[in-house]
Amino acid sequence: MSVIYIFSYFVLFFVVLSIIGLFASWIDRKLTARIQWRVGPPWYQNFADIIKLSGKEVLIPENANKFMFIFSPILAVISSTICGSIIFLVLKERFGFGGDLILLVYLLTIPSLSIILGGSSSGNVLASVGISRELKLLLSYELPFICGIIIPAIKSGSTTSLIEIIKHQQIYGSNIFSLSGIIGFIIILISSCGKIGVVPFDLAEAETEIAGGSLIEYSGILLGFYKLAKSILFVVVPLFIVILYLGGSAINSFSGFLIFVVKYLIVLILITLIRNTNPRLRIDQILRFFWGWLTLIGILGILLTLSGV
Amino acid sequence: MSLKLKALKKSLWVYHVSGGSCNNCDIEILDLLTPRFDVERFGIILAASPRHADVLLCTGIVNKKCVERVKEVYQQTPKPCVVVAVGTCSCSGGIFRDGYQMAGPLDKIIPVDVYIPGCPPKPESIIAGIVKFLKELK
Repeated sequence: MSVIYIFSYFVLFFVVLSIIGLFASWIDRKLTARIQWRVGPPWYQNFADIIKLSGKEVLIPENANKFMFIFSPILAVISSTICGSIIFLVLKERFGFGGDLILLVYLLTIPSLSIILGGSSSGNVLASVGISRELKLLLSYELPFICGIIIPAIKSGSTTSLIEIIKHQQIYGSNIFSLSGIIGFIIILISSCGKIGVVPFDLAEAETEIAGGSLIEYSGILLGFYKLAKSILFVVVPLFIVILYLGGSAINSFSGFLIFVVKYLIVLILITLIRNTNPRLRIDQILRFFWGWLTLIGILGILLTLSGV
Repeated sequence: MSLKLKALKKSLWVYHVSGGSCNNCDIEILDLLTPRFDVERFGIILAASPRHADVLLCTGIVNKKCVERVKEVYQQTPKPCVVVAVGTCSCSGGIFRDGYQMAGPLDKIIPVDVYIPGCPPKPESIIAGIVKFLKELK
């Protein structure tokens, strides 16, 4: 494959993922509005937001590190697009390799890291408060997230290949239909809320306390890139959970594709419901919750998986 | 009309600037953003920082301490942005017109696009003012 071919493939994935992601964020916003008993935004709302942001002026603060300030939103978009393209290749083309599960675990941390990079290079006090919270949040949700990934990996015959996990589930039934599967699904669902950065765990960009936190100095298209990266994560993380627990897909036939979309929507709606029924937590509460209860339950789940329950 | 202007009209992010008001207009603005009036229908949401904002909702006579702050917030907002003077005080000075602390009204300090009088204006009239402005905007 030539470089141009790979590049055009990447651009294609970027466009497709952005469109799906902006729709997914619209579903999230509309559902939130309906839960709060109001009408909510029209379907094109997130597209309008991104187009508007691309037309606005980009302000770079005087004491910012200019290269990192401009580079880190782009890094966020690129890394989340790569995650998405790996998952789409696994689902559609059955293309993968032995360790793509581990690769995805690493790649999914890069959007958070790029928020930390961008916030710390913007030279703002509130942004530094935001990045310190984001860093602690990253440390706390990674542990239960990895517990939730180990459980299906062991269940599918100790493999780190997404395709093997999907194939195992197609033969023996989805991973969620067992006690340890249910435990793992709950754990990965809650920690993925932290990964996307929605409300119970959105303290890094808490609007009411620290005025946008790590994104406070971003304006124009750079802010739009962060919004886009978050929208793409709204596609990538639920799809990842669908692959690990809900039996992946057979998206080559029409009915299989419909079932797959329903599975994706169920995970997305569950995340939205968690976001709408919980208040924002303090960082010490989050750390205690993730490293205490959730990790203990996760270790219990791993032990149950090893004993075959 | 260009696509970007169309998108701007559909997605206004609001930042609330208080230039020394008596809090009445601020309470009405908070009312405006509650689920009852549901301005997210029009794409209007509250922005956390002036860097994210498209609309500055300014309340209050701008008193002498606030002049520099209001100017700075205006400079921090990425252009194009819309400045809305909410309440009689920021439109004309109201009953504080001859006060010793008066440095405004707002249009002496920053360019104002929309005036919404009232002491305080109802959330309905704030919505009506912004919608009228959006119809005029080309």
